[in-house]
Amino acid sequence: MPNKLETLKSALEAALGQKVQSLVEALGELTLVVGAADYVAAALQLRDDPALGFEQLTDLCGVDYSGWGDGLWEGRRFAAVSHLMSVKHNWRLRLRAFAAEDDFPMLDSLTGVWPNANWYEREAFDLYGIMFNGHDDLRRILTDYGFVGHPFRKDFPLSGNVEMRYDPEQKRVIYQPVTIEPREITPRIIREENYGDLAGKS
Amino acid sequence: MAEIRNYTLNFGPQHPAAHGVLRLVLELDGEVIQRADPHIGLLHRATEKLAEHKTWIQSLPYMDRLDYVSMMCNEHAYCLAIEKLIGVDVPERAQYIRVMFDEITRVLNHLLWLGAHAIDIGAMTVFLYCFREREDLMDCYEAVSGARMHAAYYRPGGVYRDLPDAMPQYLPSPYRNEKKVRELNENRQGSLLDFIEDFTRRFPKYIDEYETLLTDNRIWKQRTVGIGVVTPERALALGFTGAMLRGSGVEWDLRKKQPYEVYDRMDFDIPVGVNGDCYDRYLVRIEEMRQSNRIIRQCVDWLRANPGPVITANHKVAPPSRVDMKSNMEELIHHFKLFTEGMHVPPGEAYAAIEHPKGEFGIYAVSDGANKPYRLKIRAPGYPHLAALSEMSKGHMLADVVAIIGTQDIVFGEIDR
Repeated sequence: MPNKLETLKSALEAALGQKVQSLVEALGELTLVVGAADYVAAALQLRDDPALGFEQLTDLCGVDYSGWGDGLWEGRRFAAVSHLMSVKHNWRLRLRAFAAEDDFPMLDSLTGVWPNANWYEREAFDLYGIMFNGHDDLRRILTDYGFVGHPFRKDFPLSGNVEMRYDPEQKRVIYQPVTIEPREITPRIIREENYGDLAGKS
Repeated sequence: MAEIRNYTLNFGPQHPAAHGVLRLVLELDGEVIQRADPHIGLLHRATEKLAEHKTWIQSLPYMDRLDYVSMMCNEHAYCLAIEKLIGVDVPERAQYIRVMFDEITRVLNHLLWLGAHAIDIGAMTVFLYCFREREDLMDCYEAVSGARMHAAYYRPGGVYRDLPDAMPQYLPSPYRNEKKVRELNENRQGSLLDFIEDFTRRFPKYIDEYETLLTDNRIWKQRTVGIGVVTPERALALGFTGAMLRGSGVEWDLRKKQPYEVYDRMDFDIPVGVNGDCYDRYLVRIEEMRQSNRIIRQCVDWLRANPGPVITANHKVAPPSRVDMKSNMEELIHHFKLFTEGMHVPPGEAYAAIEHPKGEFGIYAVSDGANKPYRLKIRAPGYPHLAALSEMSKGHMLADVVAIIGTQDIVFGEIDR
């Protein structure tokens, strides 16, 4: 019996053809990268092709790659990463699409393919500022009403930009620039490859 | 003729039936829901961003605080993701302990769900009954980790320590005399496993008690039968998982379909619903408690017979024992490096999902080789469930919204993250 991932891999290559930018197997998971232009078309095929059968969108999130490896990243900055699941075939797939522009990241919306993409895309918009074309209700979801900025971007400070306090003179709650010093207890370190003989089983 | 306009109602964020801090904007036509717009994020703590600034192990206690009624299951998914990236093996005994505590957690979660759901739609007694049993299970948490809720017990590579040989005892106080204390301590004389086994023997009778109160109760059925019906196709499209999906009749359980740890060696059944309404989901969860009880029992039997290590011996991942650390130079260096710099996770990305009491709880971890995660995404099961609230409640009465929120088993710790 052929390996399940091999079956899925060949089915994906057969169905998507030119749309596949890369298809990598690592740690027992398949990652498919498609171009921003093919994003929705590929998603529709993934859902409707009976050989693939991804009925469910498990998760969708934004990723900001600008801080990767302390500045080693070459390529587009923002991506939307979704995890798909097929109940019929019992397999999973990771689907990634990079937004074409870094200054104004934009992707097509998957809400027409999987309805639960609605809130996930609102979250990715809220936290990363990725715009989803065709989403009819792209409001902020997790941050406060009137929040400024996209807090999960790598250039957004952990402590934020503003803090809130009650001002006894004005007798109302006001926003002011943060007064706490940013600090890092454990520095972020990248060691050489295979440091400590830890390597993923692939 | 007077113009009739829809009425907009603010529900929460401080409503006792909102299960936390849910602000729900309801558009009503008379008393019938036209649209429900949940405003979430009032409990947003940016766990994922915080995790990017902490070492892998420092973020682990945050996982407890996501879904704060099923603590150890959250840790489990997080540990699985790290273990997948590192490729470290978990000792068999640790896997059994994890499975046992996952199921204890499932019972804990379902008990709270049942009590809260029942009290929301008018049944007081069940709440008190459920909390009686939760107390015993909380004591198991305490015995094993020292904390009643936020355990931080699972670690990458195993669990923090082996099961204790003694249970904590009640002490006499001005409110409890000697005789009462002796009664309370009666089943706490042996080890933790003895206590858990005793619990599994008592528990089926307790479930019967809840069922006596609810299953054939006329009011309960009036409030739940035919409310919030979801078809199986729609449940899949909306991203439902766990009991919400099984209540609609889709036989899908990660413990069976994509088994992790030692679930493939366990003997248990998956209950599924037929109609996809609140009542079916109630029945599914009740049966899940019975099945969990079976699994716990099997784990107890295995754990009694098979002593062994409970955490990996790879000291790049897990700290060495205190005795070794004090007497051995090499172990001292490991200890120091691990607690100052933390473990290094090789570059890559992994998604690990477990069958959480509420559905599929997943951790998508991306590492660029540093001692901190590059990106951590928490896939919370409640998130797509709450997103479907508008669809589920449309056309129902205002009072049914409470039943639907209850049946979704909403906890804001995981939804807002």
